[in-house]
Amino acid sequence: MQAFYSAKHKTMIPTAFAYKRAHSVEEALSLLAAHGEEAKILAGGHSLIPALKLRLNQPEMLIDIARIPALRYIRQAGDHIAIGAATTHDDIAQSDLLQKQQPIYPQAAKLIGDIQVRNRGTLGGSIAHADPSADWPAVLLATDAQVVIQSAQGERVVGAADFFTGFYSTALEAGELVTEIQVPLLPPGTKASYQKFMQPASRFAIVGCAAVVTQSGGTCSRVRVAFTGLSDAAFRDQAVESALTGKAAGADEVAAAAQTAGQDVMVLADHFASEDYRLHLARVIAKRALTEATH
Amino acid sequence: MTYIGKSVKRVEDQRFVTGQGHYTDDIVLPGITHACILRSPYAHARIRNVDTTTAASMPGVVAIFTGKDIAATGIVGVPTGWQVNFRNGDQMKEPPHPLLVADKVRHVGDSVAIVIAESYAQAKDAAEAIDVDYDVLPAVANPAAAAQPGAPLVHDSAPGNVCFDWELGNPQAEVDAALASAHHVTSLDIINQRMVPNAIEPRAAIGHYETAGDKYTLYTTSQNPHLTRLLMCAFVLGIPEHKVRVVAPDVGGGFGSKIFHYTEEALVTWCSRQIKRPVKWTAERSESFITDAHGRDHVTKAQMGFDADGNIVALKASTYANLGAYLSTFGPAVPTYLHGTLLQGLYTTPKVYVEVYGMFTHTVAVDAYRGAGRPEATYILERLLDTAALEMKVDPAELRRKNFIPAFDGVNQPGYQTQVALQYDSGNYEPVLDRALEMVGYDQFRKEQAEARKQGKLLGIGISTYIEACGIAPSAVVGALGARAGLYESAQVRVQPTGKVSVYSGSHSHGQGHETTFAQVVADRLGIPMEDIEIVHGDSESVAFGMGTYGSRSLAVGGSAIVKSIDKVLEKGAKIAAHKLEAAVEDLDYAGGKWTVKGTDKSIGFGDIALTAYVPHDYPQGLEPGLDFSSFYDPANFTYPFGAHIAVVEVDPDTGKVTLKRFIAVDDVGNVINPMIVDGQIHGGLAQGIGQALFEGALYDENAQLINGSYMDYTMPRADDLPSFEIDRKITPCPHNPLGVKGAGEAGCIGSTPAVVNAVMDALAPFGIKKDLTMPLTSEKVWRAMQG
Repeated sequence: MQAFYSAKHKTMIPTAFAYKRAHSVEEALSLLAAHGEEAKILAGGHSLIPALKLRLNQPEMLIDIARIPALRYIRQAGDHIAIGAATTHDDIAQSDLLQKQQPIYPQAAKLIGDIQVRNRGTLGGSIAHADPSADWPAVLLATDAQVVIQSAQGERVVGAADFFTGFYSTALEAGELVTEIQVPLLPPGTKASYQKFMQPASRFAIVGCAAVVTQSGGTCSRVRVAFTGLSDAAFRDQAVESALTGKAAGADEVAAAAQTAGQDVMVLADHFASEDYRLHLARVIAKRALTEATH
Repeated sequence: MTYIGKSVKRVEDQRFVTGQGHYTDDIVLPGITHACILRSPYAHARIRNVDTTTAASMPGVVAIFTGKDIAATGIVGVPTGWQVNFRNGDQMKEPPHPLLVADKVRHVGDSVAIVIAESYAQAKDAAEAIDVDYDVLPAVANPAAAAQPGAPLVHDSAPGNVCFDWELGNPQAEVDAALASAHHVTSLDIINQRMVPNAIEPRAAIGHYETAGDKYTLYTTSQNPHLTRLLMCAFVLGIPEHKVRVVAPDVGGGFGSKIFHYTEEALVTWCSRQIKRPVKWTAERSESFITDAHGRDHVTKAQMGFDADGNIVALKASTYANLGAYLSTFGPAVPTYLHGTLLQGLYTTPKVYVEVYGMFTHTVAVDAYRGAGRPEATYILERLLDTAALEMKVDPAELRRKNFIPAFDGVNQPGYQTQVALQYDSGNYEPVLDRALEMVGYDQFRKEQAEARKQGKLLGIGISTYIEACGIAPSAVVGALGARAGLYESAQVRVQPTGKVSVYSGSHSHGQGHETTFAQVVADRLGIPMEDIEIVHGDSESVAFGMGTYGSRSLAVGGSAIVKSIDKVLEKGAKIAAHKLEAAVEDLDYAGGKWTVKGTDKSIGFGDIALTAYVPHDYPQGLEPGLDFSSFYDPANFTYPFGAHIAVVEVDPDTGKVTLKRFIAVDDVGNVINPMIVDGQIHGGLAQGIGQALFEGALYDENAQLINGSYMDYTMPRADDLPSFEIDRKITPCPHNPLGVKGAGEAGCIGSTPAVVNAVMDALAPFGIKKDLTMPLTSEKVWRAMQG
């Protein structure tokens, strides 16, 4: 695949659009229902505004949900942690609850963009945009997170694996809004790690790898490994997972498992990383993530 | 109170850090209109037709002009300021650079039409509605590829895409013979990649024609407002210079890219005359990427020969230099007289030959970018030396030391005559290298490096010793070399009746801190507080003339012009003081802001003399009233700063990622007025030089389309990519200007790039890599090199 950006036809002024600020989830949903595909949701704006400026996206209306307090929270709810969709990356980076229960979330959050991006960009916005190089999709996949989606018709819950459907595409339908991300608590004996090889200009991931490993009785009983940046959408890599499941978490086993990464996907290429280098990087950082998640 | 040598806080920073700077785009004039320039999306295409019908009827549109409209006026385009001839004496090829293109676009971003509207958004929407029928043609972006037979032709008038071929130095046959008989010859194919300047403030211009008085004002983001006025009036629009005022207000960085007279400046000025309203154009960032003049872009074959003792016996370099599609203001000078002349380096090489092919390509113009020619020369020399040290199994520091020109101060010992036209003013090269080696702990590092290698860690150290030419330039010298302008500077020192001082400088500050440094010089020379001094620059209405700021020339040339005027003020002041004190001029001392009769306590202050000069009731007979002097200073020579830079890197053996662990810079820029400002200049230069080594570089596809024209794709160095710099300096004063200063604006950018690359190659030494890696040294390139 080719690089995503070209200097050709670039502009920095969006086309004209209407703007509505929603004050509640209900108001946002009714605006969405009324305007359907002509409307886009604006949260932190860190994916959408550049797309508007480049005129890659030309919506007729923006519905601003950034000031709905009911969408910004991190709390424990029974067997999972619930994160409101408009929670910023920095909220996650600073969360004591996540640091204690799901430290991979703060670990990944701290690697996103820079402080300005983390202060405005939101978890819900990032996953709804589904940039193939964004960090969150890999983390959600590896932690078996669920995405709560609401519309005027009601609510549905979609597993991360079903949510990310392809290149900048998700299971979201017209009129639907991501409202919450639910992250199950880690089983006993489980550690996790997110490792990222940064694209030096954008600071997105050339490749990111999230690994979550449960060890019991001296072997890896449950392994989750997900990649972002490697292919047109984030994915769980079953080959790596099964290569390590049931094995001891030794350096050789980890290295061998990492070496199976990315076998069945079409690997992206751009001027920062060709296909074979990107695949190589995926295996290097998979090894690093698995090593951290097993030690 | 003395100011020189003190790190006085920058007086301009108050307004900058509180958001009160006044930039071109901030300017709003009554009736102002906004322009959007329709840019070519193709690198090379014939324009069959431009249909503006729909666009013209869109909301807010005031006027649209196309290349045909400009062609009909007879305006040919913007000129270049430097003529370089073919080696056979033929004049270089100089095709026109039209304000708007009528027939053929020659790079992505070439100007096709201008839409003027009540708002920028309206202009933008209407520009998108212009229908251009292009016949797309093959294009070439690389200067070596442009020289190949059958390469797409940029201009019919330049066969083979050659603008000029040029040579300098000892006869080629002598150099070839020296190489043939050398004990060892190191050869490298070197690419000095293409850089996008990326000043933080995009270029902008406002043309303002006023019917009353038939006068024009151009506000522009220029390093060089007076030269812009001269070029635009005399060579582009043919309007009388006294009817045109050019203002370059606060300017947010230039790095060379704002020296040049650009088409947009003449275009908005012309458009304003047509519609009788002010016209503002401000580049978008994406537009800056494809329309600001780029830097570097050399493809070079170089050879350095050594005798059995490691003495350099000859250097030969042959370069294809990319000039872009059109010749920018200094375009032809950069790869020739600012590059070839520096290939002596700080070494005693007895035979030097350089040839340069200036090539047209289907890319935006290439011109001076921080360092301008000297980084290219330094890179060639320092890569050759390190490669030679590796090949000959000698220490790279010792190899350099062995070949250094011995110390000379330019006063007791003469300047050093190079093989490539220049005569160095003063130099003392060993101390900077010694100090840098001491700071890095060179011997200890080699031990650590050996130990680290055993554990699979790849540490590397890279040295670069450089010389450069600043303080450009003696007018007669550059005139003989093809410059179409003089390169002196002017300064007016106006003492107000109350003893406050206004200084009008032809230099231009766009980040350098002239308002502070110049004021320090004036305050010390006059013995008055800095607060009593105002530095004015950037407006042709208030400053009589100027040649602008580039080539680290402001203090060495512009500062010297100020000193000349101060000398005149003091000379006249002494006459008035002598009259008031009833003493002879010879019996007066001037110190601490007052004239004193030697050996007495009789004195009179600077303020009293200023008042007397403007209220001349009790006054020397025959002396004119007033205390206000202008001077032009034309330097006797270039100045030649030098230094030693050392980089320490670690390479990740798994990914190829390079981490810069330490960076040591010991520079000798002559006398220093404000150490903090000089340190800041060095820091900024280092960041840019390191950026070239590791991160930056314009990339073109096979259609000459820039593929990394945004900050998502073009890697600028960031603070967290860089270590805390360790810097020091030595001082070898310049012998030929009154302040003894040499210039510090570009040094950091010149020495640092090869130091970093040398360090990476040193880290990779166990892999026995033969081919030179091409900058920027991205993770993938380094990883591939390790794969063999």
